[in-house]
Amino acid sequence: MSAGPPAQTAQDDDPGDRPSGNQSTATPVKYEEVSKRYPGTDSDAVHELSLEVPAGEICVLVGPSGCGKTTAMRMVNRTVEMTSGDILIGDRSVRQGDAAELRREIGYVIQQIGLFPHRTIAENIGTVPGLLGWSRAEIEQRVEALLKLIDLNPEFGDRYPSQLSGGQQQRVGVARALAVDPPVMLMDEPFGAIDPINRSRLQNEFLRLQAELRKTVLFVTHDVDEAIKMGDRIAILRKGGEVAQFATPTELLMEPADDFVEDFVGADRALKRLALMRVSDASLWKAQICRAGDPTGPVRTDLASAEVPHALLVDAESKPVGWLSERDLAAEQVPARPDSPADPLIDADSILRDGLATLLQSGSRYAPVVDGRGHLTGILSVEIISEFLSSGEATESDLAAVERPHE
Amino acid sequence: MGLPLGALGLFGEAFQFVFQGREAATGGVTVGGLDQVLELAAKQLEVTLLALLVSLVLALPVGVLLGHYGKGEFVAVSAGNAGRAIPELALIALMAAAVGVGLFNLVVALAILGIPPILTNAFVGIRQVDQVSVEAARGMGMTDREIITKVELPLAVPTIMGGVRTSAINIIATATIAPLAGILTLGDFIISRNVYGDAGVLAGAILVALMALALELTLAGIQWKLTSPGLKIQRT
Amino acid sequence: MSSWVADGWLADGWLAGAAVSSDFFRDRSGGGCIQENKLFCPDWAINNLDRYSDPTLQHLVLVVSAVAAGFVIAFSLAVLAHRHRFLSSPFLAATGVLYTIPSISFFFLLLPITGRGAVTAIIALTAFTLQIIFRNMTTGLRNVPPEVTEAARGVGLTATQVLWKVEIPLAMPEIIAGLRIATVSTVALATLAVFANGGGLGAEIVTGSNITFKTGIIIAGSIAILMAIVFDALLLLTGRLLAPWKRVAL
Ligand SMILES: Nc1ncnc2c1ncn2[C@@H]1O[C@H](COP(=O)(O)OP(=O)(O)O)[C@@H](O)[C@H]1O
Ligand SMILES: [Mg+2]
Repeated sequence: MSAGPPAQTAQDDDPGDRPSGNQSTATPVKYEEVSKRYPGTDSDAVHELSLEVPAGEICVLVGPSGCGKTTAMRMVNRTVEMTSGDILIGDRSVRQGDAAELRREIGYVIQQIGLFPHRTIAENIGTVPGLLGWSRAEIEQRVEALLKLIDLNPEFGDRYPSQLSGGQQQRVGVARALAVDPPVMLMDEPFGAIDPINRSRLQNEFLRLQAELRKTVLFVTHDVDEAIKMGDRIAILRKGGEVAQFATPTELLMEPADDFVEDFVGADRALKRLALMRVSDASLWKAQICRAGDPTGPVRTDLASAEVPHALLVDAESKPVGWLSERDLAAEQVPARPDSPADPLIDADSILRDGLATLLQSGSRYAPVVDGRGHLTGILSVEIISEFLSSGEATESDLAAVERPHE
Repeated sequence: MGLPLGALGLFGEAFQFVFQGREAATGGVTVGGLDQVLELAAKQLEVTLLALLVSLVLALPVGVLLGHYGKGEFVAVSAGNAGRAIPELALIALMAAAVGVGLFNLVVALAILGIPPILTNAFVGIRQVDQVSVEAARGMGMTDREIITKVELPLAVPTIMGGVRTSAINIIATATIAPLAGILTLGDFIISRNVYGDAGVLAGAILVALMALALELTLAGIQWKLTSPGLKIQRT
Repeated sequence: MSSWVADGWLADGWLAGAAVSSDFFRDRSGGGCIQENKLFCPDWAINNLDRYSDPTLQHLVLVVSAVAAGFVIAFSLAVLAHRHRFLSSPFLAATGVLYTIPSISFFFLLLPITGRGAVTAIIALTAFTLQIIFRNMTTGLRNVPPEVTEAARGVGLTATQVLWKVEIPLAMPEIIAGLRIATVSTVALATLAVFANGGGLGAEIVTGSNITFKTGIIIAGSIAILMAIVFDALLLLTGRLLAPWKRVAL
């Protein structure tokens, strides 16, 4: 089962490049017995935290509310000053030098997004380049590239945040954090305020970006599903910012270190494995496809032996149009407008869990899977997923192979 | 009913007073006329703008810094309440009687009236800025100075300008009684009725009203210019 | 009292009157302090306090009439604007103009119509208060959570009942806040009524053409400030009584 980077196609045109052309390389982040005690409290919010985040990986800090995730994360860019210990970015301590300068080299995304309402989208994205004194032309070029990167129409550059949807704003928030191509990104519940459907889309988009950009990302969430989906590595924290387990998502699901982790991960651990695999990686069914105007005779014959009981009408670009009913096939030729529409469509890049959710929501047993351009790649069915769960395909060794959908 | 006609008549006389001048109530010399009107109007504007400038220079930085660092809320807010309670007439009179007449003292007195609204609104305006924006700005590596100039001030423009407008109205209104402190403004027409007569009084009243409205409109225009379109969209 | 309201109790052309005669203070002289016109002469102040009772009373009448009239008008305007949103902008603009025109100018814009006297002063001061009260009240009404009015309508209250039983009570803190600002400002502004022969404490600040009697200025000014504080405190208390569920901000 191959698990290549989902978005290989955009490689030739790397918009992640800053105008000067020198792309920063990711850097590891290392916590060394870091503690934080807030003034006026009698215990540490984070207690002697040691953690190593390898370069270019997403490390998720997950844990119950108030356990110190945000505190742990914010000590990296010194928006919270640590009480003791040290944090190294590469081999440089964050304690060295000026805090403001440090922060300009670290991308920062927060849950409330925090776009500046008085600045246009372009001005928002160009904030840090502006602070660093880039020329107007450089900033303009960079903003354009980033808008393209987050798949936002360039004309959005002149709009103001209040004119964008929540999802669009959050994408701009990510672009703004990427503006000077920082080696390290901090993301504090970045998708927490987005509705579930858009959240899943944004997560996929970010994973696609990350496959390209390879930042070292510290990602905070309280949602274990999000952690499993996003993390190369997951640190489960308990109260006081202590690490209960630091492991890959697979290890976490297979071998929870203790009761706390087991509880936190939840009884549906088996189902959570669905987050570890992409729809495109599953063995999808082949659809019985046909085009408008085809004679219906052969279609009817082939259908008798197909996995899917209905034929799927696709257009010239092999985008699904609709399912053909028996009545549709009773005619001589395949009609251009079939009785039932093709939706729901499932994004090949989404994880199996989301694919299943889509199926269950629509009440369909199967649905067409399409790639980024909308082209049909196969059919996902409830049977495929239940087989995946029961067949042992999701056993440890196998999962190790599919470990990271975005690796 | 003779009143409307009489009223019209007085307006006519006021009109004549402004553009041609009339014989003084005390007899003999001609008073009013465009030259004197413009001279006094210029003085009133000068005094007003000077006092407004002084108020701004003194109150704005203090209010903004207190707001930014979240300190001195009691002082900043009480200033606004206390400022409203100062009787303008007593302030000008006392300044003239106890400290002395003259431009400097007048401007000081007017600035005392102008400072509180600017101070309070600057504090409140900065304080009310969405802390998420400030946190984002800090996290992106803005210094305090950059946070103030690039984030807090632009977002606080409506509130701050509200204070400036209140302040300007207080000042220009009180500048009308500046003749009590030895500086002749348009208010002289109003106060020295024994010289200018009722026509002069009415003319003065009209001119002061127009001037105050013009100042208010100008400041409203400046506020509109200074407010980011992003905030205007949000409000509708 | 009726005579001053009708005619103005000061002689017409008060400024033309003679400068304060030297025997003005003779009865209860503060001695050398007064002759030297020191900043404050306590002896004189104590001996002459009673001369401030009438001006204080007049001042009270000016303020209470102006704020009461202003409240009734602005309240009605706000209710109207709440019913018919399109009225909100024109009302705001109109009251804005009245707020911007300096009171002292307003007194004399009224000169051809109402002449001089307390009524003129009260009209001008009323005009000044409208915007403050109107603006606060509309803000208060707008801040009432929609789910609350929705619920009120849901249990069968008519629009009028919702307004009087739900929206206005909930807007009370803002309404009171507006009243406080309007009242305190009006107490200060009413000192200018003297120029319109409207009486009040201003008459003790500008006595005749004499504005150099410091002790008099300080006493009259202090009474005005004290009056403002008392009104403010009373309104604050009223606010607590009318909206006990919500502490009115100091
Ligand atoms: N500025 C602060 N002052 C005092 N205590 C704080 C502060 N910020 C957070 N805390 C406390 O520190 C603990 C960890 O908070 P936080 O890092 O925000 O947790 P999480 O992000 O995991 O929800 C909590 O108990 C919280 O109450
Ligand atoms: Mg948090």
